[in-house]
Amino acid sequence: MDINSNKYTYLFSIVMVVIVAAMLSYAAISLKPAQDANIELEKKQEILSSINVVVQRDAAGPAFDQYIKQSLVIRNGKIVENPTQPAFNIDLAAAVSQPLETREVPLYVANIDGKEFYIIPMRGKGLWGPVWGNLSLEKDGNTVFGASFGHKSETPGLGAEISTALFSGQFVGKKILNGSNFVSISVVKSKTSSEHEVQGISGGTITSVGVQSMIQDCLAPYIEYLKTVGSTVAPAPVSADTLTAEVSSL
Amino acid sequence: MSSNEQSKPKSGLFSKENRKLLADPFNMQNPVTVQVLGICSSLAITVKLQPAIVMGVSVLVVTAFSNLITSLLRNLIPNRIRIIVQLVVVAALVIVVDQILKAYVYDVSKQLSVFVGLIITNCILMGRIEAFALGNTPWKSFLDGIGNGAGYAVVLIVIAFIRELLGSGQLYGYQVVPADWYLNPETGTGFYSNNGMMLLPPMALIVVAIIIWVQRSKFKDLIEK
Repeated sequence: MDINSNKYTYLFSIVMVVIVAAMLSYAAISLKPAQDANIELEKKQEILSSINVVVQRDAAGPAFDQYIKQSLVIRNGKIVENPTQPAFNIDLAAAVSQPLETREVPLYVANIDGKEFYIIPMRGKGLWGPVWGNLSLEKDGNTVFGASFGHKSETPGLGAEISTALFSGQFVGKKILNGSNFVSISVVKSKTSSEHEVQGISGGTITSVGVQSMIQDCLAPYIEYLKTVGSTVAPAPVSADTLTAEVSSL
Repeated sequence: MSSNEQSKPKSGLFSKENRKLLADPFNMQNPVTVQVLGICSSLAITVKLQPAIVMGVSVLVVTAFSNLITSLLRNLIPNRIRIIVQLVVVAALVIVVDQILKAYVYDVSKQLSVFVGLIITNCILMGRIEAFALGNTPWKSFLDGIGNGAGYAVVLIVIAFIRELLGSGQLYGYQVVPADWYLNPETGTGFYSNNGMMLLPPMALIVVAIIIWVQRSKFKDLIEK
């Protein structure tokens, strides 16, 4: 057969495409379990890093089981009793695109040396792609204990700096509630003037704004729940001024 | 196309001619320093040794096997769609390599990010397939692929060695510059600090240029007239 005839060319392309497609599907399917395991461990590692537990990826599995005592599903400020899927499996990217009232989001309850923390996973938009993070709150459901952020493709040296400890460390001790109002934490350009603000990254304004709206948006469904759990520990909500005084005196 | 080469007497697996195919790309025919191919990736992923080594090995595997497969198919490929066929072969191999990296060296694959995918566009690959594998026997093409992949990997590793050592004071992630050499602004001890410039792409370009300079002053034949 003439290898330069049209018939042969078509035949060759068809056979080639079918063979290559079959090979690639086989490779993708057979390697999927190993890849998913990596992604799951990385997720556990990120969740743990928000409560300042830094572990190697290989050790993330056991450490997660050790520290995370409960995984809850929250909808509109209330625990969902019989969730359709476990909290850990919730696809946050899909969840945050739903309206606040119907959104089902995970909440992890961690326990370190007898102290309880609530960990809230977050996901939002940066400049070039998704940004995400985990925010851990103390038992009062108000004070930030730790935060960690990640991103897909923010500009190195500018927006990408959100994943450094220099940025996430600022969140420690900040408050998300003012009295009983939800005010979230803003990422501001100038010097921070209150316990609801952290400093953004110069040159990374759009990423910083993205982080701010991510925190605002992702905390919202939990607020009612956090207030309920917070009221059982903390005495009557204190005014913001007293809290600032307390923080600065520490 | 191939009737001539097959009528030649068979040479040994590692005859002088075949060894030359392996050795040439290391020096006189180096894809990066002599042919100046695959420069972009050699700038992007040479900040540290580990990703550079993984990248070098990935490219080596892809060049070797894409050369081998194309050479096996060379009498079957319709001339008019040969570039497409070459691309499909390379792309399929790159996807497989990418999937394997994601499954077994996840952290490195995150550092390499898009550059594994971009192996497809690495000029070394298409260059070797088009110029060599389409007209030579599978074994020779395979050796040529290994030689060129290794030639690329060696340059990458040399650049990464220099950049990681001077830029971060480490090699393969291990600290090699003693910690008490570092200048400590508080106590005023130490005298050394890492060269942050080395971590930026322009210094990779300068390191490549220095390698080319050293190579050409040693082998005068390489200097263009």
